[in-house]
Amino acid sequence: MRYLTDRKRAEGRGASGRGTEHHWYMQASAVVLAFMVPWFMYFFGVALGSSRETVLEIFANPFIAILSALVLTVGMRHFAKGSQIMIEDYWRGTTRKIAIIAVFSLSYVVTAVGLFALARIAL
Amino acid sequence: MSEAKRVERPLSPHLQIYRWHIPMLTSILTRVTGHALVAGVLLAVAWLLSATISDEAFETMNGIVTCWFGDLVFTGTAWAVWYHLLAGLRHLYYDAGKGLDIPTAEKLGWGVIIGSVVMTVLTILVV
Repeated sequence: MRYLTDRKRAEGRGASGRGTEHHWYMQASAVVLAFMVPWFMYFFGVALGSSRETVLEIFANPFIAILSALVLTVGMRHFAKGSQIMIEDYWRGTTRKIAIIAVFSLSYVVTAVGLFALARIAL
Repeated sequence: MSEAKRVERPLSPHLQIYRWHIPMLTSILTRVTGHALVAGVLLAVAWLLSATISDEAFETMNGIVTCWFGDLVFTGTAWAVWYHLLAGLRHLYYDAGKGLDIPTAEKLGWGVIIGSVVMTVLTILVV
């Protein structure tokens, strides 16, 4: 016997079955990215075009290393989930599933490689 | 009740059926810039990784990043970041139920376009 009634299980979950969870994630991550990304762009722009020593020195700074890790992690999740909506808008069935898995994989690999590089520089 | 009959839900309408207008253009560009940004991220991560490997690896990647191709990608990325950021803020404003009347939406659209170009020029000047 189910303890929850059908109505209780359906309430607030909408057509997606997940309610507004996805939309809310995009809004929340958008706000934090809007604060972090301009700072990251500034430091990245300073590092860009410098010698290897200077680049390593800049990203070894704890503040810049943590900021970069956050921008990369949150940014790539924001990308993957935003891309998922684009895919769901225009494809269906197996194509949709494969495309979403591909985008999620790409964003996880980019995040992992970036964090690996940052760890090697900063630690 | 939760195991409803499967239906072929409609996909988003094709872009061609609407006449182009600023709120539409700027909304589509949000999605385009969001995806295009990945090119800049890939190049940036590859460049950062190369710095951890060796002088030769860094020289190779730095050569790509600082030549015309790298300049093109990162200038494009800077614009895409500012565009996506400003357009994203506009979407948050829309989501709050504000700015949705046509004259305001069109003004916001132009604001996003002009603002992104101004911020890109400023970024290039500053860094």
